Amino acid sequence: MLSLASVSAGYGSFQALFGVSLEVPKGEAGGVIGPNGAGKTTLMRVISGLIPMQEGVMTMDGRPVGGLPAHRMVEQGIAHVPEGRRLFPRLTVEENLRIGAFIPQARARFADQLDWVYTLFPRLKDRREQAAGTMSGGEQQMCAIGRALMSKPKVLLMDEPSAGLAPLVVQQVFDLVRRIREEGLTVLIVEQNVQQVLDVVDRAYLLEVGSIKLSGSAAELKNNSFIRQSYIGL
Amino acid sequence: MDIYLLEAIINRILLGGVLALLALGLNLIFGVIDVVWIAYADIVMCGMYALYFLYAEYGVPLPVACLIAIIGVSILGVVVHLLIIAPVLNSPPLNQLLATGGLLFFLQSFATLLFGTDFRNIGVRLPILEFATMYISFARLIAFMVGLIGAVVLYLFLKRTYIGTAIRAIAQDRDIVGLMGVDQRRIYLVTSAIGGALAGLAACLLALQYDVHPFIGNTFGPVIFMICVLGGLGNMIGGFAASFIISQIIAIGGYYSNTEWSYVLAFTFFIVLMFIRPRGLFAR
Amino acid sequence: MTFNRVLTLIGLAILIALPTFIPPYFLHLVIQILLWAFIYTAWALMGRFGFVSFGHGAFMGIGAYVPALLWNYYDLTPWIGIPLSLGISVLLAIIIGYPCFRLKVVGHYFALVTLALSQVVLLSLVAARDVTGGSLGFTQKTVGHSWYALQFPDKGYFYGIAVVLWLIGLLAWQRIDHGISREALEAISEDEDAAAAVGINVLREKLRVTVISAALTALGGAIYGQYIMYLNPETVSGIAVSLQIVFASIAGGVYSLLGPTVGSLLTLSLTEGLRVWFGANFIGAANTIYGILLVLCIIFMPQGIVGTIEGIKARRRRMAKPSAAPSNVRT
Repeated sequence: MLSLASVSAGYGSFQALFGVSLEVPKGEAGGVIGPNGAGKTTLMRVISGLIPMQEGVMTMDGRPVGGLPAHRMVEQGIAHVPEGRRLFPRLTVEENLRIGAFIPQARARFADQLDWVYTLFPRLKDRREQAAGTMSGGEQQMCAIGRALMSKPKVLLMDEPSAGLAPLVVQQVFDLVRRIREEGLTVLIVEQNVQQVLDVVDRAYLLEVGSIKLSGSAAELKNNSFIRQSYIGL
Repeated sequence: MDIYLLEAIINRILLGGVLALLALGLNLIFGVIDVVWIAYADIVMCGMYALYFLYAEYGVPLPVACLIAIIGVSILGVVVHLLIIAPVLNSPPLNQLLATGGLLFFLQSFATLLFGTDFRNIGVRLPILEFATMYISFARLIAFMVGLIGAVVLYLFLKRTYIGTAIRAIAQDRDIVGLMGVDQRRIYLVTSAIGGALAGLAACLLALQYDVHPFIGNTFGPVIFMICVLGGLGNMIGGFAASFIISQIIAIGGYYSNTEWSYVLAFTFFIVLMFIRPRGLFAR
Repeated sequence: MTFNRVLTLIGLAILIALPTFIPPYFLHLVIQILLWAFIYTAWALMGRFGFVSFGHGAFMGIGAYVPALLWNYYDLTPWIGIPLSLGISVLLAIIIGYPCFRLKVVGHYFALVTLALSQVVLLSLVAARDVTGGSLGFTQKTVGHSWYALQFPDKGYFYGIAVVLWLIGLLAWQRIDHGISREALEAISEDEDAAAAVGINVLREKLRVTVISAALTALGGAIYGQYIMYLNPETVSGIAVSLQIVFASIAGGVYSLLGPTVGSLLTLSLTEGLRVWFGANFIGAANTIYGILLVLCIIFMPQGIVGTIEGIKARRRRMAKPSAAPSNVRT
């Protein structure tokens, strides 16, 4: 469904990604792991159009989408849950969700999507009138995911969903990811929490200094000695 | 309480309504686009001239003339954004301030060139109302009511519509609104148009009470900035409240002395308050 | 270096000889250019570090009005009146600057607080109309040629004073440019907290440069007042004058020694030139074009005219020396 072929990108004269290729088939979940500064967040931002792609080809369902600005990417069915959640803190939960349905296609089915998100995350319904910035980290992550789901995306990008959360809440977040997968969504998730992420994805990529060093099924990577030593700490 | 003082206070509260409209417009633009339009008051001046010419010179009926003036100033807001603000969006704040300052120079001089320095009045004579032995300006009463209605409409727009929600969202986190499918540039244009429309509305209300001349912006421009800063730049409700506080200081000062001293008092109050509450009266 | 020195000497020689060969109208223009250049340079002392004051109209107004009022009402010589006005300006700069810097009022907020200051002085001058003549202004008592009253019907004297003032301004600029204060102030303008963390006394550095800037501006205002003799609140104080100071300095370039002077030269000759060109029939035409140029200048030459030229020269030098590594590549 989402496919990248030799994508390069960077900020000004600083190049962060060197010919990255990856593939997320429909209904599957992909994971990107790697150390800090490897370019994981840059990769996500390139896919969602926040950073322009310099070279390479990116397609959604076979249609080239590379080079579109972020607000057009949403229309292509790509939703991005940014690192650090980035809710609009002084808007209420429901307003945050509403802005997630900003694109015209999504506005038309706002009520249905809202119901769906509230069934997925009943907690959000209880807090609908509360300012998003006043919720706990886990609840904010729910709201951020819910906001991304409001546009009825085909692919959901998640950037470090567990970062900055307490261990117990991290567990909840990965449960959320499983819930979303059960809904049949295609997911691409970037994580430093390697052990956990390999449990929820089908396929994973190891990104180091801007290029893919290793890739394979989650099971393969879990048993890979290099990954075990460097990232899982076994 | 002295009846004349009360009269002064009421008349000033009524004027505060117009200032509040302008504070809302300026704060909206600042909150969303992160640029202070130093020339905002001079855009109001353009609206006053538009109304003057439409109504007093060409005989367009007043409500229609007001509507055209509001739409015209709204378009002017968009043009200003495209020509002056958009090119400096990524420049240091100082350069943005100066670019709109250059616009101030330009608008004032261009108005002088086109219309001369004569004071012009649209010639609508509204009655003075007598109420419990106080004299209250009907023009100001209208201005106050319309200002209040304008504020409520703006509030509902920001609260109830998708675009309005996006406008509020962009003021809180401008980098990621693209991920919501929001086109930043479009929101900026809409915001500039609304800011312009508010300036146009204020222009119509001010033209009922004051003569228009090229430098009229200098008389109330600084007061509006002061109000916005007092309320907290970008904080619309704060700005709304601050406009009434400042109006009162000017009213009471003006009652005991003359207008200039009351403005001196208001500006001094502002400076002192900036030291006590550097982020505005209502900083969170 | 020697070439530059020769140029400087030639420039000074021309400057000294100037009054002997140019007509009075142009001499009048040159005096104004020099006086404003001095004030712009004084503003740039702060402005170059990002402390953008919209309140220098206040200092200029005080500088112009205080000695003139004292002279008219108490026959007090400007030799006492001017230092007094400088003192008042410094005091005001401290009253405003100290809390501003202490409480970290920066950026927009600083600009707007100082804007309010210039309104306070302007409106006070207008409001005290019994003393100052209000918005109609007032004229100083004339006594003919007198060192005591600092009045000279012969423009040559004022020309000399203006040249000296201008040089003082440049000297002050250079002192700060070459002193340790410059590095401290640059660090502060980059990041105040970081500067404080490495042991820079942020408050003192900012206050010092503000006080110097305010005092010099007041001095410029005082001499300007002595020169034109007729004072009007709108021409020596208030938002219009403050903006003029900011714009002309920025247009010329606040990062170079001669930037503000170029700003003064260009803006004044432009307004004068346009005024003569359009004549009195088109009031506002000159300033209209001036306004457009300002906006264009800020959009396309944010470094100012001198800064832009220097930037081009530096680029040429870099191109001439291909061995030098380009500085903008991050590794």
